Amino acid sequence: MTEREVAGPGLLGPGVAGAPAGGWRTATVAAVRHPMPRTVELRLDVPDRVEHLAGQHYVVRLTAEDGYRAQRSYSVASAPADPEVELFVERLDDGEVSTYLADAVAPGDRLEIRGPIGGWFVWDGTTPALLVGGGTGVVPLLAMLRHARRLGRTDLLRIAVSSRTLVELPYAMELMDAGALIVLTREPSGDRAAARLMGAELMSLWEPGRTAYVCGSAQFAEAASQLLVDVGVPATDIRVERFGPSA
Amino acid sequence: MTGSTRGFLGRRRERDARLPPGQYDVGKDWPVLTAEPTPRITPETWTISVDGRVESPATWTWDEAHALPRSEYRGAIHCVTTWSKFDTFFAGVSVDTLLEAARPTAEAHFVMATSQTGYTTNLPLEDVTGGRAWVVWEYDGGPLPTEHGGPVRLLVPHLYFWKSAKWVTRLTLMTRDQPGFWEQNGYHDRGDPWREQRYQGD
Repeated sequence: MTEREVAGPGLLGPGVAGAPAGGWRTATVAAVRHPMPRTVELRLDVPDRVEHLAGQHYVVRLTAEDGYRAQRSYSVASAPADPEVELFVERLDDGEVSTYLADAVAPGDRLEIRGPIGGWFVWDGTTPALLVGGGTGVVPLLAMLRHARRLGRTDLLRIAVSSRTLVELPYAMELMDAGALIVLTREPSGDRAAARLMGAELMSLWEPGRTAYVCGSAQFAEAASQLLVDVGVPATDIRVERFGPSA
Repeated sequence: MTGSTRGFLGRRRERDARLPPGQYDVGKDWPVLTAEPTPRITPETWTISVDGRVESPATWTWDEAHALPRSEYRGAIHCVTTWSKFDTFFAGVSVDTLLEAARPTAEAHFVMATSQTGYTTNLPLEDVTGGRAWVVWEYDGGPLPTEHGGPVRLLVPHLYFWKSAKWVTRLTLMTRDQPGFWEQNGYHDRGDPWREQRYQGD
């Protein structure tokens, strides 16, 4: 915490001081995949790219011919050292930006993007962390996992992810390979019966000194962060990223 | 890039004049964005203090704050994540009322709002005076919901909504501007939605 006139509890630190931030760039779409229905994975070639920290996000801005614009934020799924930026986007039926990205974008297209952005929900690859993600909330956690793999430090991470079913879980295979606890609420997962994430499960993955990163819908993030508090994780060790309806 | 995005038409053509640039109307939803676990705060233990560069530092309890003249806000709120919400209705007390009691000194030019969680956000003094900022405990005629900052939050609706600190408990008058939580993490020090001051450097 930096010096300031404000005393007070100061529980929320500054995150990573001097976290990288990039301005507007025109990215070229290198690859488009639809790993699951209603989702799109975009691989972007970003000229003059500012390397991100795992957990940061980009803004994508679309401009119609009459100048009308719409922009939304999307977490980066790729590791900082990946030469391309990978965004994973869930297609929301009433979404203005996500429907375009999922339905219309093709390799070679140019997209206006801004980033990386954010200095709080980031992991620098050196400290023990518990990653807790729900649904597409796993995306920034993937960047952390991939970063850890490149550093040879996957030992620093414990991961718990939640989805309704396995086929709806983004990056399911990669998460399973990493030994993540897979929580499915609508079907069994191995010998685990269908059930919501439980405090005891989080407790088994956490120990003092481990920072928890919770990402998901507002509802999931609220429930998961409350579970962590209830099992004794200090609120100061919990970083939360909530997805609004980023349509 | 000055050109358009290939094939992008967009949907919302009849743009509401109340909508700042880059924002969309979220309708009846009210998304929740918080960087930390939601605290459980009981009104009985909550207080609001005004301190720092003031003649007379002051603290109000829940009951004392409610005894102050009631003030209301009806209108829009704008989140930096690009949603705006129209026709909101908040009630509480005007920040002017609190400042009149605490009397900022001549050298007070900025305010740091601090939440019970430790969340902070900085504002120019002129942005929280003149009937433009409130400490509110009521939304749409009922208690302010916890996930939206209840029991009490700051409300500065003419700036992006991260300036409206949830669970506010302290306003500290300062001589010089200092970045709060999001401001240290890449976001703009002022956050005027009409000038799209989203990130540092805008």
